[in-house]
Amino acid sequence: MIPMDTIHASFRDTVGGFELDAAFTVPGRGVTALFGHSGCGKTTVLRCLAGLHRAAHGTCVVGGDVWQDAGAFRPAHQRPVGYVFQEASLFPHLSVRENLLYGARGAMPLADWRIDLDEVVTLLGLSSLLDRSPVKLSGGERQRVAIGRALLAQPRILLMDEPLSALDRPTRDEILPFLERLQNSLELPIMYVSHDLAEVERLADTLVLMEKGRVIASGPLVELQSDLGLPLVAAREAAVRLEGVVVNIDSTYGLMQLDVAGGALLVHGSAQPGDMKRVRIGATDISIAKVRPHASSILNILPARIVTSQPIVHDMNVVLALGEDGGGAKLVARITRRSWDELGLADGMGVFAQVKGISLLSFGALQRKRP
Amino acid sequence: MTLPPDIWVSVRLTIELATLTTIILLIVGTPLAWWLARSKAWWKETVATVVALPLVLPPTVLGFYLLVALGPNGPGGQIASLWGARTLAFTFGGLVIGSVLYSMPFVVQPIRNAFQAMGERPMEVAATLRASPTRAFWTVAVPLARPGLLTGAVLGFAHTIGEFGVVLMIGGNIPGKTKVLSVAIFDYVETSQWREASILAGGMVVFAFTVILAMTLLEKRAVRAGL
Repeated sequence: MIPMDTIHASFRDTVGGFELDAAFTVPGRGVTALFGHSGCGKTTVLRCLAGLHRAAHGTCVVGGDVWQDAGAFRPAHQRPVGYVFQEASLFPHLSVRENLLYGARGAMPLADWRIDLDEVVTLLGLSSLLDRSPVKLSGGERQRVAIGRALLAQPRILLMDEPLSALDRPTRDEILPFLERLQNSLELPIMYVSHDLAEVERLADTLVLMEKGRVIASGPLVELQSDLGLPLVAAREAAVRLEGVVVNIDSTYGLMQLDVAGGALLVHGSAQPGDMKRVRIGATDISIAKVRPHASSILNILPARIVTSQPIVHDMNVVLALGEDGGGAKLVARITRRSWDELGLADGMGVFAQVKGISLLSFGALQRKRP
Repeated sequence: MTLPPDIWVSVRLTIELATLTTIILLIVGTPLAWWLARSKAWWKETVATVVALPLVLPPTVLGFYLLVALGPNGPGGQIASLWGARTLAFTFGGLVIGSVLYSMPFVVQPIRNAFQAMGERPMEVAATLRASPTRAFWTVAVPLARPGLLTGAVLGFAHTIGEFGVVLMIGGNIPGKTKVLSVAIFDYVETSQWREASILAGGMVVFAFTVILAMTLLEKRAVRAGL
């Protein structure tokens, strides 16, 4: 039995010698990232979800509706999805406005629209582009129009296939805030294909980790980030993401206090008390001390407990849980094995995590209804 | 300078033939081109080859087979018997059938190329925007293939106007019924009416020049528009 509020997908197929055998069930809300190296089959999975590709053996149930199973296959144009391709793929013979409204036409009666043109235009900053030809837009503008067009088809799920990968760095930074606003202001589940960990860390709630056509893990991003059995932790840029509430602003030093599960962090930036913020802490930015260091320039020194650890070459990956009781959010620290041995660290031990660097992920305020 | 009235009869007949042929070819050729561009059937290239045959075959060969097919003992004769006629050969209807077959590759090829150049993506985008395949075809594929459709129409029209061998084989030389321009020129030369022949020939040169120039300009405009 598949719960109503989930997206369940299971696709088996051989496409040109490539074997796809991917299955996952994820929550039908928030952003789910399909993450893996190029060629791991994540785009094919997304195409199967959209009905653009029919996997030889597949099941696809979204929010209780069967889109594909042994006997049935709902064609793409009958699925309530919005799809954003890697390249904007706007219709060159239509104006921006006509592009935006192309899918809106057949969607549903105007009264039932959940997303209207004005809302999308404001959200994506498109007002000055409406009467122009897509041919004359910049790459970033085009991709924003493509996102708006997908939204106006009144989808029940938004599928995005590396929507930023064809863009250069500055353009990407221009669009990312739009995506964050999108996920905050619309109650729309998003499946997001990406091979860029930084993007995933910024956007995803749930992660589906793929490798060579298979799903190797799926679950909440923060859990997978601190799972020593997965390749995420082994990566050089291993990190965890934390989410917290702004409780205090110290304008003298430009700092704010962010309460996360099991501790409080001082982070550079400004916000309103009560705002939700996400931060990223790299594994190499955390060091471990057995006693609380005094007179240190490091701002964030938090009591934590070692949950588990794993040697990789000459380093140790150490999973910490914040709080003296170890009941808080998880961190991953990368320390040398020599330090591990000399300090006599062991799993279950109470320690202090010294956090040297924290990066604030969301520019806009995350004001999400908690499930 | 006066031209004999039968020249104008030939001009009108030729334009009627070319217009009708072009319209039929667009109606028949567009779905055929779509199928050739999209289908994964292994035998589609066989169909494409049959369509392309008139490019290589001598017009007289095509004309010969058509004459047999349209004549009293062929399927054309049976169809003609429906309205009491004996044959489709040496009729305007026969000419239209011949022209459609003879000019088909010139219409189908550019349209097929345009559909192929478009790729799968626009149709996929349309599908994810809830457009049925029919709506996607009319609102996306056809507008995107417009340069190809225009080229096909112009080439089909021009090629029909210039055809000679097939017409002579199946249509003969009946004034007002099957005597088209190219046959008329031949006729004038045969009867040493050089002035009339050169007027018609010159007119055809101007026509050909205009057609090619117009097509080049259209293509340029299409490139500028990003189509």
